[in-house]
Amino acid sequence: MTAVAEQIGQWLEAFTKQPKAEPWIQELREAAFRRFTELGFPTTHDEEWRFTNVARVVGQGHALPSLPDALPIPPPEAQAYLAKHADFQKNAFVALNTAFLNGIHFTRVPSGKVVQQPIEVSYIGRQGMALPHRTLIVVGANAHCTIVETYKGAGSYFTNAVTEIVVGDSAVVDHYKIQEESREAFHIATMQATLGRSANFTSHSISIGGALVRNDANVTLSEGTEATLNGLYIVNGKQHVDNHTQIDHAKPHGTSHEVYKGILDGKASAVFNGRIIVRKDAQKTDSKQTNKNLVLSDDAVIDTKPELQILADDVRCTHGATIGQLDAEALFYLQSRGIGKSQARDVLTYAFAQDIIDRVKVPALKDHLEKVLFEKFHERTE
Amino acid sequence: MALIEIKDLHARVGEREILKGIDLTVNPGEVHAIMGPNGSGKSTLAQVLAGRELYQVTGGGVIYMGKDLLAMAPEDRAREGIFLAFQYPVEIPGVSNMYFLKAALNTTRRHQGLPELDAMDFLNLVREKMKLMDMEQTLLNRSVNTGFSGGEKKRNEIFQMAVLEPRLAILDETDSGLDIDALRIVAGGVNALRGPERSMIVVTHYQRLLNYIVPDFVHVLSEGRIVKSGGKELALQLEESGYAGLGIEDEEEAVGKA
Repeated sequence: MTAVAEQIGQWLEAFTKQPKAEPWIQELREAAFRRFTELGFPTTHDEEWRFTNVARVVGQGHALPSLPDALPIPPPEAQAYLAKHADFQKNAFVALNTAFLNGIHFTRVPSGKVVQQPIEVSYIGRQGMALPHRTLIVVGANAHCTIVETYKGAGSYFTNAVTEIVVGDSAVVDHYKIQEESREAFHIATMQATLGRSANFTSHSISIGGALVRNDANVTLSEGTEATLNGLYIVNGKQHVDNHTQIDHAKPHGTSHEVYKGILDGKASAVFNGRIIVRKDAQKTDSKQTNKNLVLSDDAVIDTKPELQILADDVRCTHGATIGQLDAEALFYLQSRGIGKSQARDVLTYAFAQDIIDRVKVPALKDHLEKVLFEKFHERTE
Repeated sequence: MALIEIKDLHARVGEREILKGIDLTVNPGEVHAIMGPNGSGKSTLAQVLAGRELYQVTGGGVIYMGKDLLAMAPEDRAREGIFLAFQYPVEIPGVSNMYFLKAALNTTRRHQGLPELDAMDFLNLVREKMKLMDMEQTLLNRSVNTGFSGGEKKRNEIFQMAVLEPRLAILDETDSGLDIDALRIVAGGVNALRGPERSMIVVTHYQRLLNYIVPDFVHVLSEGRIVKSGGKELALQLEESGYAGLGIEDEEEAVGKA
């Protein structure tokens, strides 16, 4: 307990040293910091953090960058959206991020505009730093866009990212989050997407790097909204990745499809917690959730849990989770055709991830991921 | 010199002994049929020769082209020219037939000191062999056996065999689940591959397949041993009198009566 209090103390010092911002930002920071001190860092006694111990993240004493970030401070037009979607009342890391709000990545896509080129948001981690990355994407009605958010870096650092995406009515948005942090990095991130009527939103979350990773991906649907959540996490060594998703059907006639796949090797561990909320008004909701895990070693651990809160009565919700090993029959079949055992294992492991990679619609990104995965599985069996 | 010499082969799965002393010699160019009721050990023999780890060899030995076959990994056996056409070809979602076959062919060619085929040469070869098996080219882009009908799976096995050109082909119940038209195509594919340097072991429950793939020798397997060997006429004799005519109980028929 005292250790946690000490941690907050470090942040308090950093917070008070922070130069004051414009009043609306300063107010947000102060409210968020107040909330952060009330919440404190979560422990494994918190249901939401049962399998992910952040003690080693907050115990590292990472420093906030002393120079102002290269990103611009939020313009006044961001005020209507910023911190209105990612709730800092409930999540200490969102509160902490908001308390250190400074430069942000802000993109606004006007109504009806179709943006062909992907909007690229790239964050690079640096040794010893605590990095409160903040992204705000506001997409107008009937607009189309693709967002590619990438996280990379070198050394030990702490990424504390919050992404808010506001999607207008009938807009179509594809969001990619590619997490390729350094293997010593800590990555705790929340993505909150608030979706308009008849909007179509797809989230692709690919989590490969990091020592300890927590991804919260939350979407709130409106009437007739279609949301797709694709996820792939690949861990080995002592990596830990925790994916918490929340799909909130707030209004009727919404559709959500979620497929998360995990590949675990070595002594790695992973968590999948998929919450689906169907509010009382949200009749005719159609929701499908799948979590599949391929466990390649005896020491890897996966905890998977669906969490359905269904308050409406005329809905269709299905969910399923599997945990399995490489298929011995398939392995033998490949070997019986002359393909070596290690290559056969690579091929089957890759094949497991294939359908998630196939859904990546940005060609350069797809090529990149295919290459990364190929090398990853190759190195594993060498 | 014999291509393969199986001597007093014993194998078990778990605690159950299935092969109880198999002796069989196959010379280059010969086609041997292994017949027998269900549970006699036919498929076990086929799988043991291909190297399936599920089965534990507890006695005897197999010399293939002068080498100790049982000491070789399954992939090395394949590279040395052994091909097993599976009774139940395995579905592998996410791996395209094309990728799979190209990897298999090139790894074998490398092993044999031959240059790898480039995409163009490979495609030409594959097109020619697909024609032989009357297969749709679209099957190449589909995942291995995934969503294939029973007949398509069996044809895909023989198609792979045609591409890989093995020295010893082991056909495990290749006729099961085929209608007469599919059977003709599959048998035609197999017969096209017969030659003085290629040997075959054709495992089957029924005589039907042997009308199309005429064997040089027929062996009857019962309870893990070869109980009778003869020429192709032995298969016809079995067709008339059934396994019971040889004093062998057919599990399938026994189950059928129960």
